[in-house]
Amino acid sequence: MYTKKANLILIVGIIALVLSVFPGAGLICAVFGLVLYAANKAVRTSIRADIGRGLSIIALLVNLVLITYILLFRHLDNAPAWLLSLRESFYATKFYGEFENNFLIDKRYTYISKGLGVTFEVTFFAVLLGIALGVIVALVRSSYDTLKEELKGGFGKAILYILYKICGVYLTVIRGTPVVVQLMIIYFVIFASSNNKILVAVLAFGINSGAYVAEIIRGGIESVDKGQFEAGRSLGFGYVRTMTFIIIPQAFKTVLPALANEFIVLIKETSVSGYVGLQELTKGGDIIRSRTYSAFMPLIAVAIIYLLIVIFFSWIVSLLERRLKSSER
Amino acid sequence: MSADNENKVIISVKDLCKHYNGGEIKALDGITTDIKKGEVVVVIGPSGSGKSTFLRSLNLLERPTSGTITFEGQDITSPSTNINKLRQNMGMVFQHFNLFPHLTIMKNMTLAPMKLRGLSKEEAEKKALELLAKVGLQDRASAYPSQLSGGQKQRIAIVRALAMDPEVMLFDEPTSALDPEMVGEVLEVMKNLAKAGMTMVCVTHEMGFAREVGTRVIFMDCGKIIEENTPEEIFTNPQNERLQTFLKKVL
Repeated sequence: MYTKKANLILIVGIIALVLSVFPGAGLICAVFGLVLYAANKAVRTSIRADIGRGLSIIALLVNLVLITYILLFRHLDNAPAWLLSLRESFYATKFYGEFENNFLIDKRYTYISKGLGVTFEVTFFAVLLGIALGVIVALVRSSYDTLKEELKGGFGKAILYILYKICGVYLTVIRGTPVVVQLMIIYFVIFASSNNKILVAVLAFGINSGAYVAEIIRGGIESVDKGQFEAGRSLGFGYVRTMTFIIIPQAFKTVLPALANEFIVLIKETSVSGYVGLQELTKGGDIIRSRTYSAFMPLIAVAIIYLLIVIFFSWIVSLLERRLKSSER
Repeated sequence: MSADNENKVIISVKDLCKHYNGGEIKALDGITTDIKKGEVVVVIGPSGSGKSTFLRSLNLLERPTSGTITFEGQDITSPSTNINKLRQNMGMVFQHFNLFPHLTIMKNMTLAPMKLRGLSKEEAEKKALELLAKVGLQDRASAYPSQLSGGQKQRIAIVRALAMDPEVMLFDEPTSALDPEMVGEVLEVMKNLAKAGMTMVCVTHEMGFAREVGTRVIFMDCGKIIEENTPEEIFTNPQNERLQTFLKKVL
């Protein structure tokens, strides 16, 4: 049975990650996990094996970084002479000079690490805001479409109509203008008196993302078969309860991958926050560049960090998609 | 059951019209009929005759353009009526089953009774199991709809509606989407339901069912009721020319 092997690969992956505390052992364990995965073709249909492989790859990268760090910078007792001389000759290279200048002197790496923290903070809250806004707008728009016949005039319909129109304008304006312009308008015009840059960025990216999320969710709601809605209503559920018990759980499943992708896009989009002086990841790299007058290392480092984050979350999304597909059977 | 009770009108339809494109297309053109308690009314007619629209108007899945529908003495077409409350007493079975694919059979059947009738989980599940046993599917309670055959799905759809203890059951071509060998099992359930005294309105192409189970057959064409009579009369002695040609084609 391949499930046993899949479980084994998963466990090896977890152990490899834990063993990263002892870099050498973690490295061996991670390689072992990858070899196991490569050697068992049958196992590749299993999500657990894929998770295990992913964890092994992460552990491998972490271990390689740690080992390089230890070999280069840590004080090593009883180190063989050839290693120490290798280290010295590495210190003498131009590459290391650049590295030291860009990241080590004045602890410049903190621009990157703190910037990364800010990027995550902005993205996290912007995603929450975007989803909240998106759900509300999507519900207003799709409920107006389905209820306009049922509500025969009256106060409720007027309110819904006004909300519907407001949401329409929101979608058109937000999707019709660049996010940088929106960000600057919010910072320099609307919040001119405040200096809370993180709040401004969260608002700008949240409001921006909300428009796209709204369309994703509306698409999801509309993709649910109309018969589902009728079945709910014919049992006696009202509009709201039909939505909550029957339509939204089904729509959620179809939109989850698209929503996760929106999140990935958002992480990269926050890189324009530098326009209002917010020191997130990109700006951090740029500050180093302006201090050292060398562009290559800080910018490539920033690019690699974004790339790793996106690869990681894309991997999570692909696992999610497979998980959802497998539960359809 | 007294004779008086048996003749009680449950649904009364008067001058029901449904127009599209501002009156250009008349899906329903002045339907008037009464449905009495215990009746099994079978609606037949060519496609596009408005029979499904008529059935769907009875619980307002289609909003009629004009005319009134009275259900248990209440005008359901008036805006002040709580249609959700009334729909709880009208079970509906669809051509494409419309089971909720994200819920198990048990949850499909207990969702509405628990949320709308206020039954406890135990009560609702006990009842669902009784109903499932009646259609021979008690062992599938924990399955998901996608794991069932078409005939099984439709039998579940019927008992899901029955779990709400409706006064009337509406069937919208319940066997049209089924493989031929599965039609029988669904009709069997419907027959038993009719025998048990359920009031039923059924749009179908199953003439055998109409003849055997129906107490009254309505023939519709172009949004109008063309002929309305006992199955005996409709099938052996059709009066209208259009009904005669229709029957020639389908029988």
